[in-house]
Amino acid sequence: MELLRFTTAGSVDDGKSTLIGRLLFDSKAIFEDQLEQVKGSSERKGLDHIDLSLLTDGLKDEREQGITIDVAYRYFATPKRKFIIADTPGHIQYTRNMVTGASTANVALILVDARKGVIEQTYRHSFLASLLQIPHIIVCVNKMDLVEYAEEAFQKVVEQYEAFASKLAVKDIRFIPISALKGDNVVNRSEKMDWYQGATLLYNLESIHIGSDENHIDTRFAVQTVIRPHTDEYHDFRGYAGRIDGGIIRVGDELQALPSGLKSVVSNIYLGDKAMEEAFAPMSVTITLKDDIDISRGNMLIRLNNQPEKVKEFDAMMCWFNEKPFNPNTKYILRHTTSDAICKIQEVIYKMDISTLTRNNEDKNISMNDIFKAKIRTNIDLFIDPYQRNRKTGSIILIDEATNETVAGGMIS
Amino acid sequence: MNYQLKHLQELEAEAIFVIREVYSQFQNPAILFSGGKDSIVITHLAKKAFWPAKIPFPLVHIDTGHNFPETIEYRDNLVNELGVKLIVGSVQESINKGRVAEETGLNASRNALQTTTLLDTIEQYKFDACMGGARRDEEKARAKERFFSHRDDFGQWNPKNQRPELWNLFNGRKNQGEHFRVFPISNWTEMDVWQYVLSEGIELPSLYFSHEREVFLRNDAWISVGPYVELRENEISVKKIVRYRTCGDMPITGAVESNATTLEQVIQEIAATRTTERGSRADDKRSETAMEDRKKQGYF
Repeated sequence: MELLRFTTAGSVDDGKSTLIGRLLFDSKAIFEDQLEQVKGSSERKGLDHIDLSLLTDGLKDEREQGITIDVAYRYFATPKRKFIIADTPGHIQYTRNMVTGASTANVALILVDARKGVIEQTYRHSFLASLLQIPHIIVCVNKMDLVEYAEEAFQKVVEQYEAFASKLAVKDIRFIPISALKGDNVVNRSEKMDWYQGATLLYNLESIHIGSDENHIDTRFAVQTVIRPHTDEYHDFRGYAGRIDGGIIRVGDELQALPSGLKSVVSNIYLGDKAMEEAFAPMSVTITLKDDIDISRGNMLIRLNNQPEKVKEFDAMMCWFNEKPFNPNTKYILRHTTSDAICKIQEVIYKMDISTLTRNNEDKNISMNDIFKAKIRTNIDLFIDPYQRNRKTGSIILIDEATNETVAGGMIS
Repeated sequence: MNYQLKHLQELEAEAIFVIREVYSQFQNPAILFSGGKDSIVITHLAKKAFWPAKIPFPLVHIDTGHNFPETIEYRDNLVNELGVKLIVGSVQESINKGRVAEETGLNASRNALQTTTLLDTIEQYKFDACMGGARRDEEKARAKERFFSHRDDFGQWNPKNQRPELWNLFNGRKNQGEHFRVFPISNWTEMDVWQYVLSEGIELPSLYFSHEREVFLRNDAWISVGPYVELRENEISVKKIVRYRTCGDMPITGAVESNATTLEQVIQEIAATRTTERGSRADDKRSETAMEDRKKQGYF
């Protein structure tokens, strides 16, 4: 069974909670005691229906205000796949939560109300999905029951969406007419839309090809820690522990350590006490080399003929997370794979207006939820790949030295 | 070869990565060990993460004094086998020292008292990161928890000011006196844990498998007759074939009627069940936000 991570964004009005509730309920991931609890809470709130959003909105403030504030993770499984949903709020003031939820997703679900068509929020969510390089987008044209299940209403949304989708970096976009409330084309095929020949949402989620979402070409292994047991039996054991960030590593491969440039050959690959002939991204393994070379946390093992870029200055698309606005005079801690550097944002190149998808070259003030392109300078060499090529070696976070908070995330251009 | 991980392999890889980040980013980390299946899985993952070296963390057990004897026996055997240090924080001692007072009343338990003992133990040993087996699918407040969850210098959680967590980049930086709770199996479900236990051949305490036990019905749950509970009027003890889905304190953890004596049978039973595992725990039922309230205070 494979694992698929998908993200949703939206507000209660879109029927997002209803859709998730439907997926969870129809796949039997909601339990009776949870349902009883939600029923009770709905009654106390004076509602005459079961508010399925109470399943996902877990914090006291969220339940009181009836909104989603933070990313909530939900789980369900079918006989084919296991799913992790990163459920995020849709309002512009929660852009940072959407970015967080999207950072590890294979698929983005975008909900469009069939009556309203493509709106500002649709652009925004799609742009963020594209920015975070989510490989697949599924556009659910929802509330088809309120437009008499008419094909024209669906086609209109498809045309509107395709008109701007050419600006997106996502190659795989699918459209499904659904009614989350009535259950049409969510888990079961709709009997009211004969004109739709495609598959249901769940079938798409179960069958979408995710095998190519990991980079299995460029060998990258950021060392987390060095394992030295100092026991009689393993006196000379020196294992490099980490999670493979890209590519495939085999016993006998010649690897180079960065930044030292020293070379050696893989003698063993372990997962626990089990020795393996090969391992690939995203496995967590321990690697031993033929030669005793100096390697520590933050170093990267790579293949000789496939090098990452060595830089001290680079451009990245950033999202600002913190209430404290960006201060151009401050130095931040930059974390990239397992290494830390000190950095300065040299220049804000432009700010993105994510409602209109236009660049703003004038306003360089960056505050919470802003998306912007920046020139970043670091005190040490980083070994990077473009985010488009590898999400792990192409991503960074910035940490405020004074508060230790994560203030920004970035994707290397 | 097919270069696609199965879901359990991917969850395992994620958890091992997180455990190794804890080792690398903190000076004095520990594993919070309850004797339940989740903390047993964490310990197993830590073993795999650092093999052939020993687990580089002590196991910390907050002992309410109301544990099942099976849990304690299992704990002691495991510690022996792994050669790791065991640190026990005792709720009874906290009571004796006057740090906390035993609850009174109908539904009194030592569940809430653990928080003080836990925070005192963290302070005494100066732990800066404590790994636990909590999972996001367990409870709605936990669905919002980060892998690296910050605690202020009073040990408290602020759910509204959590650090964004993106990609594989975990931020464990903190000021003096603050600490982190880390949850390597955040993304696992109850079913994942059971399947992993099966595929890895992990031994579990006997409580998880069906056995005969003297129990009585309280708040819709089968509670074990034992030294820490008194039967109330109208409560009658009966012998039942039961097993446990979680291992909490003896007086507040309900057993389920079951004939499942093997892991395979337990998994089949869970696949068919329609209530959550925490549904049989009285500690979660005190109010709608019982877990969030306790977590803010510093609970597990």
